[in-house]
Amino acid sequence: MEIRRRKNQIEISELDPFLAELLRQIPTSANTEGAPAAEQRIFSPPANGKEAELCAEWKMYVEPELRRLFQTATQTVGADLEQLNGNEKSLANRTLRIPTKHADAWLSVLNQARLVIAAKNNFTETELNDHLHSPIGSRRDLSLFQVNFYGFLQEFILRELEC
Amino acid sequence: MSVAPLTAEVAVPLIPGIPRPKNATSSNIGAPTIEKETRTEEALDLPWHVVVHNDPVNLMSYVTMVFQRVFGYPRDKAERHMLEVHHKGRSILWSGMRERGELYVQQLHGYLLLATLEKVS
Repeated sequence: MEIRRRKNQIEISELDPFLAELLRQIPTSANTEGAPAAEQRIFSPPANGKEAELCAEWKMYVEPELRRLFQTATQTVGADLEQLNGNEKSLANRTLRIPTKHADAWLSVLNQARLVIAAKNNFTETELNDHLHSPIGSRRDLSLFQVNFYGFLQEFILRELEC
Repeated sequence: MSVAPLTAEVAVPLIPGIPRPKNATSSNIGAPTIEKETRTEEALDLPWHVVVHNDPVNLMSYVTMVFQRVFGYPRDKAERHMLEVHHKGRSILWSGMRERGELYVQQLHGYLLLATLEKVS
């Protein structure tokens, strides 16, 4: 896999089918549905329990706005990922081009996906910091790899935004 | 030149069920009584802290960027706060009136950071 900036795009090329599939899974991975731990993390309370009124108002007025914000970002990323659709059986390496104006949406959805996966798997801080963990021998290992891979993409996009 | 003090003849209506004020008469209200001093709404509102809590998933570089964007902090200040969150588990990013603090917390949640509004005890 190669990742570079080309004018107004971030280009991820030489994507093998495995990594392309991980990219395709970003919107699904960011979905909190059916995962209370993930839902709690993404929509965390704005204050401790003493501020019950603030928390109640937040749930009523702010949370729906946040949901809309995250949904819009997910739709943007989903639309970009359509480039990877097509001949599912092809083993040819693919290229994904992300317009730099979509960078914020990508940062948000990648972050959400990482948080949701971590919450669903209840990863410890030690596990999350073990970037050289290998090989992938279980579903849990794969999820950890996914968190790290999405983190790598986030780092690259952040670096490009600073340039 | 001297100015005669203003006096007013005010009729205080008697509303059934509501007791007449102790110092009021139906014909004349004298010098105004200074009620117990009250604090302004703003004073009551101060201070609230915007606190960001540690989350091992969020990348350090991402958190730094968010602090720069939301609070307009220069990079070194944003990094100091990020490191405080990382090492101490939390950092107070801003203090002030509740309304503005809520807005900051909302923005931080929009970036998926663990942030809360805390009233200073």
